[in-house]
Amino acid sequence: MDIEVTLNGKKTTLQGKKDEFLADTLRAHGQLSIRKGCNTTCCGLCTVWIDGKPTLSCAYLTFRAEGKNITTIEGVKEEAEAFAKVLVAEGAEQCGFCSPGFIMTVLAMKNELQNPTEDEIIHYLTGNLCRCTGYMGQLRAIKKYLGVA
Amino acid sequence: MKIVGKDSPKIDGMAIATGRPVYTEDLAPKDALVIKILRSPHAFARIKSIDTSRAVALEGVECVFTYQDVPGIRFTLAGQSYPEPSPYDRLILDEIVRYVGDEVAIVAAVDERTALNALKRIKVQYEVLEPVLDLETAIDHPSIVHPEDNLHLNFDIGMEKERNIISYQKVEAGEEIEEALRQCDVVVEETVYTQAQSQAMMETFRAFSYLDHANRLVITSSTQVPFHVRRQIARAFNIPASRVRVIKPRIGGGFGAKQTGCCEVFSALVTLKTGKPSIIIYDRTETFNSSTSRHAMKMKVRLGADKEGMIRAYDLEVLSDGGAYGEHSSTTLGCVGEKTMSMYNKTKAVRFTGTAVYTNKQPGGAFRGYGATQGTMALETAVNKLAAELQMDPTEIRLKNLIEEGETSLVYNGKVIKSTTLKDCIRKGKELIGWDEKYPRQVLSNGKIRAVGMAVTQQGSGIAGIDTASAEIRLNDEGSYNLLLGSTDMGTGSDTILSQMAAEIMETTVDQIAVYAGDTDTSPYDPGSYASSTTYVTGMAVVQAAEELKEKILIQGARYMDRNPDEVEFNGQSVVTLDGKTSITLEKIAELNVLGSGRHQLVGNTTYGSPVSPPPYMVGFAEVEVDPQTGKVEPIDFVAVIDCGTVINPKLARIQAEGGLVQGIGMALYEEVRYDGKGRMHTNDFMQYKIPTRKDVGNIRVHFIESYEPTGPFGAKSIGEVVANTPAPAIAHAVFNATGFRVTELPITPEKVFLGQG
Amino acid sequence: MLTIRDIVQPETLTEAYQILTKQRTNTVLGGCAFLRLGSKRIGIGIDLAKLNLDQITEEDDTIKLGAMTTLRQIETHPLLNESFGGVLPKAVSNIIGVQFRNGVTIGGSVYSKYGFSDPITALLALNAKVDLVKAGRLPLGEFLARPREKDVLTHVIIPKEEQIASYQSLRISASDYPILTAAVAKNGEDWRIVVGARPQVAELAGKASEQLAQAYAHAKLDSFMVAGEKNEVNEVVEGILEQMSQELSFGSNARGSATYRQGIAKVLVRRGIQEVLAWISK
Repeated sequence: MDIEVTLNGKKTTLQGKKDEFLADTLRAHGQLSIRKGCNTTCCGLCTVWIDGKPTLSCAYLTFRAEGKNITTIEGVKEEAEAFAKVLVAEGAEQCGFCSPGFIMTVLAMKNELQNPTEDEIIHYLTGNLCRCTGYMGQLRAIKKYLGVA
Repeated sequence: MKIVGKDSPKIDGMAIATGRPVYTEDLAPKDALVIKILRSPHAFARIKSIDTSRAVALEGVECVFTYQDVPGIRFTLAGQSYPEPSPYDRLILDEIVRYVGDEVAIVAAVDERTALNALKRIKVQYEVLEPVLDLETAIDHPSIVHPEDNLHLNFDIGMEKERNIISYQKVEAGEEIEEALRQCDVVVEETVYTQAQSQAMMETFRAFSYLDHANRLVITSSTQVPFHVRRQIARAFNIPASRVRVIKPRIGGGFGAKQTGCCEVFSALVTLKTGKPSIIIYDRTETFNSSTSRHAMKMKVRLGADKEGMIRAYDLEVLSDGGAYGEHSSTTLGCVGEKTMSMYNKTKAVRFTGTAVYTNKQPGGAFRGYGATQGTMALETAVNKLAAELQMDPTEIRLKNLIEEGETSLVYNGKVIKSTTLKDCIRKGKELIGWDEKYPRQVLSNGKIRAVGMAVTQQGSGIAGIDTASAEIRLNDEGSYNLLLGSTDMGTGSDTILSQMAAEIMETTVDQIAVYAGDTDTSPYDPGSYASSTTYVTGMAVVQAAEELKEKILIQGARYMDRNPDEVEFNGQSVVTLDGKTSITLEKIAELNVLGSGRHQLVGNTTYGSPVSPPPYMVGFAEVEVDPQTGKVEPIDFVAVIDCGTVINPKLARIQAEGGLVQGIGMALYEEVRYDGKGRMHTNDFMQYKIPTRKDVGNIRVHFIESYEPTGPFGAKSIGEVVANTPAPAIAHAVFNATGFRVTELPITPEKVFLGQG
Repeated sequence: MLTIRDIVQPETLTEAYQILTKQRTNTVLGGCAFLRLGSKRIGIGIDLAKLNLDQITEEDDTIKLGAMTTLRQIETHPLLNESFGGVLPKAVSNIIGVQFRNGVTIGGSVYSKYGFSDPITALLALNAKVDLVKAGRLPLGEFLARPREKDVLTHVIIPKEEQIASYQSLRISASDYPILTAAVAKNGEDWRIVVGARPQVAELAGKASEQLAQAYAHAKLDSFMVAGEKNEVNEVVEGILEQMSQELSFGSNARGSATYRQGIAKVLVRRGIQEVLAWISK
């Protein structure tokens, strides 16, 4: 079936089966930043924005995206690079496999929370698993990026 | 030093962080056949019959393979230098299936849905056999996990397969152990169980393959060991290794999981049989189920000391669960002893007895720490118990007993330790955690208890006498360099730190060095990145290769200026005469070297293996908060002070440490591979197997106290594995200090503490 | 793998119900996060997107949660943060992560009667009701106790009285399924003690709740009023906890044994009572 969406600001027609999930549809559509780390909706790797809200694209049925705004990391290049620079300077991207989903969640948090506390940052990002870094470096990078103590 | 010791960002950092398509799946041909695997629902069974006809008939199905379609040559998936100590006990597909999740049939189809549908159409009749599910009753169990007569061993590892014993080992040194224990004033004994732990890297196992223009099999795989995979494939399919090329792109973590071959053989099978490209991607469930995990172990430790707290005797008896196949079983087992017998070197007698057994569960394998993690849990639990018995401060007993520079140990055959700052690490860590104020415990006003605990550990740096890495550095036609490596950066940043080393020697900047690694066609040989070898072993190869190239540039520069080499020096940009009057630029030398006849492109090319494996050391101090009403243990703070020799890249080393520590915290508190009564893994997804989230780890503080290891590149040792070992014993110690309950079975769940504290 | 043959987005609830009951395999789609964990083969997947069920609305004496309201909406909604001591946001806030809660719906969670459900525990304590197309309005407790029957859950309704409640849960790790959940609510004279993830679905400890109401009415909890005071033993409370742990059943699974659950149920409920009392004394 055809699904009309706005993908990274552009009107786009996605093709997907009726029981297809958005992560697969987007990868097939060439959005290769979408990574899948689990098959149980709980690792955060496939996070994209749907109408601005961070969403697990692996559990979002593609047909439901009809008329919606989908944003992947490819669609927020400047902001993503700005944060990635801080993250990389901290060495906290490590294998990088979880980074796109993580960065999308960090940027969503930046839009949603004003001057978040450390606890609020941690809470917002709990759904983003990372096996490499131990999370501390990511937290250092976020604090630097947001300019919070 | 200008480059080494500085925070060079990772050369691939921006690309991988922002989602550029550089991982295995991203690079696969669009038309690749999709492979899915039918897996055994039984822990132990013989396939009586298998009917694939309805699957083959399904539109879109390219092929279905069973054990009848594969060569009968046994091999090992363990990524180890040849001749591998792991038994050749596998076939690509076997008539006997040995654990739930073992491979039964391979389907390749035009897409995933079709392949999955085809799996449902395969009819298999099994003769279900009685499985061996308990580590402790595996030996002489009526069922023999490997009854086949063509299992092959490269050398004796103490196998008795009729008794389900993969490997038996014994190491003794010094006086007779029982007598030495008798002479001790205090002897503590403990039996410690460590659980199977999953590596759980974010990128699951995956590989794709195709035949190239020369009809060679090209496999791109998310692996730590491309050269070993090439050898496995060649053996398993009985084809020359020259027909196989293995490429490692960017990979999404490994932690040892990808030191064992996994899905490469299945992709190779399909491509070799059909001539078509194929791809296999394990989902998370398969990744948990059908790969390897940290070996679960039962360890009985006895530790004896005199009244002054000098540790005199150490006896360790280990039973290790090898699971269904023997990958890494004998070597992991050996490391349990090896990495624990030398650290407290005032001993008069040490003994290690280890047995690894086959069971009908997921095979054990390589996981960061590789036996040292398990052994550290046993030894340090015993040392903490000993300190308690002696009423000594746990830090003091370590300061009294630990090995120092220039000292040897009973098991070192006279070799001495050339670098350690461990005692300084302990002193620093004590200060950072606030040991003197916090030890052992403090009851808070809400009834919760804060307590601290500690442990020390050592690892190695590469495998002495076995790991042999090569590096090649080439001066290009315009004056930049290519660094070719066989090591396998799995996110650690090894490509970056090795470039830093090369840049330091060549007196240039990292951006002048294009590094390419992990391709068996173009990389010089390297076993791959495991055993904490890359910084130390490959690093030395890089240093020596760069020095060789530098020397060649110097000679060549001198020749172009009609001088003797001892009359000139190389400053990174030019070769200059010592009087400073004449010079020739690097670019000019590079240009002249590839122009016209009688020229040589300058290349430094070195192979390096170390006769020693200098241990990095560290101390871990844990502060926890225990809720005695529920038994819940919350990690509050973890201080790690590490001696990894010279720190090549502080930021990357810190992240390595923090990541390893969190895996250790996971092992201490949350993670466990669990099975039901029929051998089915219960914890085969992230809903059931909980790796720590960022809410589960508390604060972590890492501090380095550098030593200088004379055998290492710029004085460096390793960092990758040593960081995984201390959290479990340190947290267990803190829980003991909080509750009086000594946890001897990991993980430390709330229920265990609730019931154990009495 | 979850498969769905066809998708419909009905315009009315009647239509939704008709399609649902036409065939055994037809299913209402919630957020699909849990649904996809199985390998269910769905005939027609019914998406309620066109029925305006994703709202949290305040009415005269109730707060109404549309079935398609996400857990994240519940977590962040000002009204729910101000109501009942913020017990609902608290109950959902530990479920996996923000992006998960942006997908998972309250209707899906409640309708599925998941044993591990945090929100069901809190809603049951708040004496919530559910609106179903066929069965009509039912108290949540009654809905949970009924045998499974195909229906379309449209709303969860919470009585908007002067309720105060506390939510407690214990987990091995932060985003895990809970070992146990508990909620204690006080609504006027009425008290409700609910324990969930036993591992069976949340249940009201009726007798213990009554005893608690009595004890409160007779001022027997005074020494217990200040939460955070160090483990003061109040025999009346201990009796109530004992009653609770006897009248509810506890089972074993990978996260905890029955014995352990029974033990910590008392701890969590005690803390719940303490927290509610602390609210009152403020």
